[in-house]
Amino acid sequence: MTLQFAQVQTPDIEWSLIWPFVILSLAGVLLITITSLIPRTRTGAFSATFTAVSAIIAAGFLPWIADRVNEQGAIGGRREFYVLSNAIVVDNFTIFITGIICCSVVLVAFLLDDYLRREGLEGPEWYALILLSASGGVLLASAEDLIVSFVGLEILSIAVYVLAALHLRRSQSQEAGFKYFVLGALSSAIFLYGIALVYGATGSTTLNGINRSLFQPGVNGQVPAESSSLLLVGIGFLLVGFAFKVSAVPFHVWTPDVYQGAPSPVVAFMASAVKVAAFGGFLRVFLYAFGDLSNEWLPIVAALAVMSLVVGSFLAVVQSEIKRMMAYSSITHAGFMLVGLHSAALDEGTDILGSKSILFYLFTYAAMIIGTFAVITVMGRVGDGSHDVDSYRGLAKSEPLLAGLFAVLLFAQAGVPFTSGFFAKFRIIAAAASDDDYWLAAVAMLASVVGAYLYLRVVVAMVFSEPADTDSDADSGPAYGPIDIPPAALTVLVISVVVTVVFGIFPDLGGGFLDNAAATLTLLRP
Amino acid sequence: MLAAETIAWPLLPSLIFVPLLTAVLILILPSSRAEYLKLVALAGTTITGAMAAYLLWSFDKADGGFQFVVQETWVKDLGLQWFLAVDGISLFLVVLTGLLFPIAILTSEPDHDKKPYYFWLTVLMAGSMGVFMALDLLLFFLFFEIVLVPMYFLIGGWGHGRRVYAAMKFFIFTMAGSALMLVGLVSTAFLSRDALGELTFDVTRLAGATFPDGTPAIGSTAQTLIFLSFALGFAVKVPLFPLHTWLPDAHTEAPTAGSVILAGVLLKLGSYGYIRFGLYLFPQAAQDLAWVFLTLGVIGIVYGAVVATMQKDLKRVVAYSSVAHMGFIVLGIFALNPQGLEGAVLQMVNHGISTGALFILVGWIYDRRHTREISELSGLQSSAPIMAGVFTLVMLSSIGLPGLNGFAGEFLILLGAFQSARWWTVVAVTGVILAALYLLWAYQRVFHGKAEGENAKMADLRVSEMLSILPLLGLIVFLGVYPKPVLERIEPAVDQLLVHMSVVESEPEAPAEPAGVEQLTEALEHGEEGNGEDAVLSNEGADE
Repeated sequence: MTLQFAQVQTPDIEWSLIWPFVILSLAGVLLITITSLIPRTRTGAFSATFTAVSAIIAAGFLPWIADRVNEQGAIGGRREFYVLSNAIVVDNFTIFITGIICCSVVLVAFLLDDYLRREGLEGPEWYALILLSASGGVLLASAEDLIVSFVGLEILSIAVYVLAALHLRRSQSQEAGFKYFVLGALSSAIFLYGIALVYGATGSTTLNGINRSLFQPGVNGQVPAESSSLLLVGIGFLLVGFAFKVSAVPFHVWTPDVYQGAPSPVVAFMASAVKVAAFGGFLRVFLYAFGDLSNEWLPIVAALAVMSLVVGSFLAVVQSEIKRMMAYSSITHAGFMLVGLHSAALDEGTDILGSKSILFYLFTYAAMIIGTFAVITVMGRVGDGSHDVDSYRGLAKSEPLLAGLFAVLLFAQAGVPFTSGFFAKFRIIAAAASDDDYWLAAVAMLASVVGAYLYLRVVVAMVFSEPADTDSDADSGPAYGPIDIPPAALTVLVISVVVTVVFGIFPDLGGGFLDNAAATLTLLRP
Repeated sequence: MLAAETIAWPLLPSLIFVPLLTAVLILILPSSRAEYLKLVALAGTTITGAMAAYLLWSFDKADGGFQFVVQETWVKDLGLQWFLAVDGISLFLVVLTGLLFPIAILTSEPDHDKKPYYFWLTVLMAGSMGVFMALDLLLFFLFFEIVLVPMYFLIGGWGHGRRVYAAMKFFIFTMAGSALMLVGLVSTAFLSRDALGELTFDVTRLAGATFPDGTPAIGSTAQTLIFLSFALGFAVKVPLFPLHTWLPDAHTEAPTAGSVILAGVLLKLGSYGYIRFGLYLFPQAAQDLAWVFLTLGVIGIVYGAVVATMQKDLKRVVAYSSVAHMGFIVLGIFALNPQGLEGAVLQMVNHGISTGALFILVGWIYDRRHTREISELSGLQSSAPIMAGVFTLVMLSSIGLPGLNGFAGEFLILLGAFQSARWWTVVAVTGVILAALYLLWAYQRVFHGKAEGENAKMADLRVSEMLSILPLLGLIVFLGVYPKPVLERIEPAVDQLLVHMSVVESEPEAPAEPAGVEQLTEALEHGEEGNGEDAVLSNEGADE
């Protein structure tokens, strides 16, 4: 009797298509390994450089991958590749989201280096966690299977929970990490339960499989199947999970506390990469798997959008702490993006305005918010504690360059013309109008006016107010330490402002990328 | 509608870019060379003004369409264009902008932070130029919004008293007004998309967009709603009662140059918007709702005049007089006939000149006396006789004395409004009398009487000051005596607009009415004793 060795079936993996994900996660692990071998005191600059270079290399593969995807499109195939036995889909949308995440990682790494040095903190773990979190974000946006989505979501989130708590000397930071973790874990549980219910209703966890199960054979080909209440509850739970991650009202309560407590560069990462990744997953799951059920869940998205716009803008106005202000303003921005998601779900055929609007918003918002938090990081001064609006008083006199660049970003967030912020809002409004959702557009615009007051308050403090610490007596409030502007932070700020202004004047720049990614969401829906 | 030929030198874009380049130059000029800042700003704005004058000179006065067209694609998938052109209506607002900025810079100086001051003023000029020339709806909106930023910094940074409050109020009011306008203009483009076959924000194509079977692209309910969304944005800017409350604060707290530009140029954005976008894009809704705006305009006239009478601050008197004057302009616009519209456009120019000059004079008084309280000023006539003389001339032009520029515009407005909205006009005419009351009374208290203390020692105008305000005085007299060069350029554009409006309405148009120029010339020839109302009545009689 001859012994038969069964050939183990391994999936045929095209590694080259998922290099960005692999590089980000490997770089995270590698960084920890390397730095554990060299003395701790020398790791600072090395870790930052390593992180930035890894992210740049990861991003460097994107044009090549895009070429391959579009080549396949050119010869008549679908512009997408399924890798890891259909667990991951690589298409123009994946590429777009990955690109934003990688750029955010580079910029945040720059900020973090000076921040850690100023705060006297140590350690490569900050960078490793950022790399891992970014890899989770890429996985979330490119997952073709809900289980993989969940894994991506967890890698993304858990790393950020830790990052939020990593400023060991600030109790606020610990508190923020804890709050974020408890509420985040709850939302992950709800998300997972949603996956289970959807699986129960459809018998599949892949997005394609779920989508196919929504139809049944009829007289003239496929007709929509009866949607079971089990499926609807599952969709609802998934919606809650994503709404928590993108901090949409009423699932926003963690945002102000976490933004306030977490170290400022980490907030920059949360507001850019994490938000982009969460919206990436949101779009992927809801447009691909549930796009044909949009009648059922779109009203909920509209309601979330309206609540986020209204609550975010009104509560932002009454804050006196800049990080809390930015937290509420990020809720308002999430409301805008939800309006974009709403129109993206209604896009059909060659009409890709909705998908374009939300992708453009994600990109420009990430650029704006990193610059904003670069300033907030610098202005936090030693201890990362002075985030009162009063600490910005008279900044235009003492640091005109910093104040000027910051003012551009604030006006951009308010949606003033000739900044990318205007065109981001305009695209959202236009997309909503193209679907005849005029009321949604009107609510969004009115919320943005209320929100403008908040940005103006900061500008008033910087430009029109005398410095708080000139009259040094005790009754004039706390005196603030000196401001130290490291070159790296200034570079990040300048990059952010240049992107904001250039895309405000030439909003069409790089339109091909945007068109391809948006077309993926609309035309290539299964 | 568009003039076929375009000229080689891009005149209209350079009206925007020269001030913008000046702003950049000011920004990179070292702060240690503060003495050059004013010179650079003055040179940049004067060059722009000269180009605007050249525009006026080379404008074809017989053509009622758009001239000097520059049209480039900007954002393809949204149909946005870089589309600039002027017609008889916008021409004079461009020229007014070119005139008032150099004068505003010449006549006043900031007491601190010269660099950002001149930077924002030149940016403001670029933005204002853009508003009057843009014919792409979104491009217009961009300029319309961007002027808020420099004005906000000018009021907040170099204003008086509650400057930050005034700046904030100005910004939020205006932004709130135009928020819905953005939704309205996007809706216009999308509703017209099916009729036009593509998405475009080109005003000339959106106006009167119809399906092949002749039904308008935008139904009447939608037209009314969109018109209202536009009208709200413009009403804040004009400002119309009851949305005017930002104006007295902004005007009073702003630095002199800011007040001059605010009154002279920025308020016109609203009234210009009504003509170019309200009437042109939504003729039916504008006609249906004309009564609303006539009423608000008349309330503004009377209310502004009454409140101006009560003011204790000289600058607030002028500020409230703007509310009244802008009420007249709105009355003229919604009279919806050639005389009313021509008068309204002419009065926009006149108001810019006379109110600008008044603010300059008040600024000079404030520089010398450090107060604008009427009760603390008296008998300035004896210490500053030349200033008193200049003030008298400007004030009389603002009141609307025949022979000075204010009369020509007001007369045409009343003439036009009387034909289409008789009872509104009857009430509005009281505004003419009240204007005489509040301005003369203020003048009497400030310049007449016995000069005591500081008032007796106040310095008169310097030669440089006299020279700098001279162009405005010259125009006050010239346009009062001979408004024909202005009116004959406005008229073809206004006629074309009205033809467009009635074509869309598709109702038989009454035979062409006698043009405003002739009636005005007639009225002036009849002698100065014949006041406006008589002329209107006799004209009415002749019609019957």
